[in-house]
Amino acid sequence: MKRNGIFFWIGATLFLAAALLMTQVVGNQYPFFAGYVILQFIILAVAWSILGGYAGYVNFGTSAFFGMGVYTAVFLAKAVGAPLAVQIAAAAVVGGLMGFALGLLTLRMQGIFFSIATIALTIIIETSMTNWRYVGGAAGIQIQRPPVTEPFRNYVQMLFFVQALLVVLAVAISRYIQNSWIGRGLQALKDDELAAECTGVPTLRLKLLACVISGALMCAAGAPAAMYLQYADPASAFNLNYSVSALAMSLIGGTAHWAGPIIGAILLSTTQQLLTVTISSEVNVLLLGVMLVLFVVGAPEGIIGLIQKVRRNRNGGAG
Amino acid sequence: MISSEIRTPLLRISALTKRFGGFTALDNVSVEIPPRERFGLIGPNGSGKTTLINCISGAFRTEPGTVMFRDEDITRLQPHMRTRRGIARSFQLPRPFRSMTVAENLMVALDFAMATDEPVSAAQRRDAMMSILTQMGLASKADVSVTKLSQVELRKMELARAMATHPKLLISDEAMAGLSSSEVDEVLDLLMSLADHDITIIMIEHIMQAVMRFSDRVMCLDAGRIIAIGTPSEVMANQRVQEAYLGT
Repeated sequence: MKRNGIFFWIGATLFLAAALLMTQVVGNQYPFFAGYVILQFIILAVAWSILGGYAGYVNFGTSAFFGMGVYTAVFLAKAVGAPLAVQIAAAAVVGGLMGFALGLLTLRMQGIFFSIATIALTIIIETSMTNWRYVGGAAGIQIQRPPVTEPFRNYVQMLFFVQALLVVLAVAISRYIQNSWIGRGLQALKDDELAAECTGVPTLRLKLLACVISGALMCAAGAPAAMYLQYADPASAFNLNYSVSALAMSLIGGTAHWAGPIIGAILLSTTQQLLTVTISSEVNVLLLGVMLVLFVVGAPEGIIGLIQKVRRNRNGGAG
Repeated sequence: MISSEIRTPLLRISALTKRFGGFTALDNVSVEIPPRERFGLIGPNGSGKTTLINCISGAFRTEPGTVMFRDEDITRLQPHMRTRRGIARSFQLPRPFRSMTVAENLMVALDFAMATDEPVSAAQRRDAMMSILTQMGLASKADVSVTKLSQVELRKMELARAMATHPKLLISDEAMAGLSSSEVDEVLDLLMSLADHDITIIMIEHIMQAVMRFSDRVMCLDAGRIIAIGTPSEVMANQRVQEAYLGT
């Protein structure tokens, strides 16, 4: 366990060092534009799996949290000219509070009822933003980027590195949850909520905690998007595509291990980026659907599930 | 007999009523169970046995009526709070955590139900878990997935998981249903040995021999009401019990 921890942090440090080095060496802007989107989806998928994977509560409201992150950043940038770090931190707080409220209202419902409530949340928040003139209303709003901070030469490069930091944060949290008593409690309530409760697991409190952490990370992931696009409008900030992608990436990667959503997000969003450039942006939605169907039928436990199966078989064969 | 001694009851149920819509599942049930008693609960199907257990363990909210445990009113507490105070249960249909091994099932109980604030090391918890599994005869199955267990092993695993919460009151809801007669004896011996460890046990059971052998006192429910309570032989001899339960 301890040794795994050291390897994890060495890996995380190397990843951040590589991201930083890339911003210093690579001149072409495209890798940063594409890389930013991939990193953003890693955070969303990892955050989604904390509630959807560990606790088994399927959340269709990723876009509500993401969009709320975008608009928290927009509001703070316009109202007080807050710096990026403040925008992200504030978005995390807003996302956590939103997760808490959503959880209190809906987590007593189980299964499909919870999922439907999360869709309703998305619609309510999107409608509110569409009718809020101060942040641009339905027409959207243009945002001016502030000057870039050293050592970055370009704002997108900086956003890319910030997203890399958020990825490490999200993965570290998700990994900690899986290996701790929180993860065991969530797994127990996913298997059988009444049995978990009667074994001493405070199910409602754990679900709320998962919802708050998941919401905070999703919102934080959305905050830099305003500066990335220099523009925000409700239709794209609250696009259902974020919900579907986060869900599909987690499920395709596999939710039994913290690494699953990362694998799923990298695989799918990289393919989507390639398809967007080579064919069209519409094809990538098709890809998502086809992949999801294939995995649900062929490998319901995702890529992680396949790997574990192969390992078990190999061990079984040897023993 | 234990019931004749004057002691503070461990569990005191007063005027408990539970309705589901227009159906009254429990009607004004009052009973006191002293510490270390082996208490048998019988009654025909649908008489309210499991409903009573659900009210004690907190799965159902009751009104009116109160449930007192060790002189504390627990009527409004959520199930996990009751577990931490020392009420554990098994389920009529086993409800293991299916994605886990036997050991992991017990670890959930050790992680969450322990009421102590002292830090317990991983090694200590592993020892506690193994000693429970050994007591239950499941030590060799520790790292086996629960989906691979036989029916009797599953029953034992549920009792082991309940024991891992360090209960003062253990409620066994038909732990012997569907077992062969030798397996029934095995589980019964286990429950008897637990009772020797200062644990009060409420046992719901349809197998009469098991109830007779096990219980200090037996209560018979019919249509949500107590129709008889007393020593096993008294209850068996009771005319109303024979009519309601034995169908004579």
